[in-house]
Amino acid sequence: MTILLLTVLLALGSILAGLLGALTGLGGGIIIVPLLTLGFGVDIRYAVGASLVSVIATSSGAAAAYVKEGYTNIRVGMLLELGTVTGALVGAWLAGVVSTHVIGAVFGIILLWSAVNSLRPHPVHGSEDPPHPWAVRLRLSSTYPTPDGPRHYTVQGVPGGLALMVVAGILSGLLGIGSGIIKVLAMDQTMKLPFKVSTTTSNFMIGVTAAASAGVYLHRGYIEPVLAVPVMLGVLTGALLGARLLTLANVKHLRTLFTVVLVVFAVQMLYKSLTGSL
Amino acid sequence: MTGKQLEGHDPMELVIGKILRWGVVVAASVGALGVVGELIIRAAATPDFRHFSGDAATGLPAIVVGVAQGHSRAMMQLGIALLIATPIVRVGLSLVAFAREQDRTYVIITAMVFVLLLYGLLGGSV
Repeated sequence: MTILLLTVLLALGSILAGLLGALTGLGGGIIIVPLLTLGFGVDIRYAVGASLVSVIATSSGAAAAYVKEGYTNIRVGMLLELGTVTGALVGAWLAGVVSTHVIGAVFGIILLWSAVNSLRPHPVHGSEDPPHPWAVRLRLSSTYPTPDGPRHYTVQGVPGGLALMVVAGILSGLLGIGSGIIKVLAMDQTMKLPFKVSTTTSNFMIGVTAAASAGVYLHRGYIEPVLAVPVMLGVLTGALLGARLLTLANVKHLRTLFTVVLVVFAVQMLYKSLTGSL
Repeated sequence: MTGKQLEGHDPMELVIGKILRWGVVVAASVGALGVVGELIIRAAATPDFRHFSGDAATGLPAIVVGVAQGHSRAMMQLGIALLIATPIVRVGLSLVAFAREQDRTYVIITAMVFVLLLYGLLGGSV
């Protein structure tokens, strides 16, 4: 395939990924790696590198808007970044020592788990139980805007949340994904944050987490610019389009469609990894 | 409720948010310029990305030298490097914001995150 054709097809595929990711709120990063490996036959290390770059772009672009709305809990985000960034460096190191089959298989499992998990309902409001002692010490509890004015919430399970963030970071550094689903899970299930606070704070952290391993990837040659730049531009365009279309589209059907896509990709990634062709 | 409860509306945070968005815009523009250059020079080339080769391995000094020599590939890499730097700058600015609030605990936490990020940016080697 010539660079011209490759660039055009990559950009188109990535626009679609970014669009679906933004519309469903699940992020486009998780389908970039299957798109590049299964669709374009690219070595999974280049695919992970390109995906990581696109994750930084979409997260950083969106984070600014969320902070403005007042949902993002910056203290919680900064504290948990200690966990995600440490994990991301470990994940980037791991990516250099394990075989591509292992990376592919882990990716398949995470895709499947993400598909199942995307159907799980989230608690909307936060907790008002007494906060975890660390949360008091670190002044994590805050308020978030509701139609009836600011609503207070407390923060629970800080050590558990931090531990899950290390896992999220490792997976982000190993697979080139934002690990948004695990971050949100840690925050709304373990730390009992309101859902909107979890998702925006997760997004706030994703770019920082991905930047930690991207530096390592750049030095190692995993980020092939001919692949990574068109993918980054495509995903960004798709995400911007998605944000505009959000009010028009029927998100419920889209989520179902996206879940089916994830499952199909997961099965293929697992099959190819186990038969050694990835 | 103290002013701290409204941290999302902290003017410093809004400034940081703007910088973040501009970082992405600049990085994407530089990268796009590199793609255009690459397409002008090598549109018909058929590189093999099926197997990892390590050809793309690079660091900041090499990228700067390449850009100075007018290489489109280095231009694309500069776009990527700027993008990676954007969230790192963001953490650096948060560090300044916490220092201005004289919030020692969060100065320490943010400084640790910042050092870990710089370590990754420099290639993660010991």
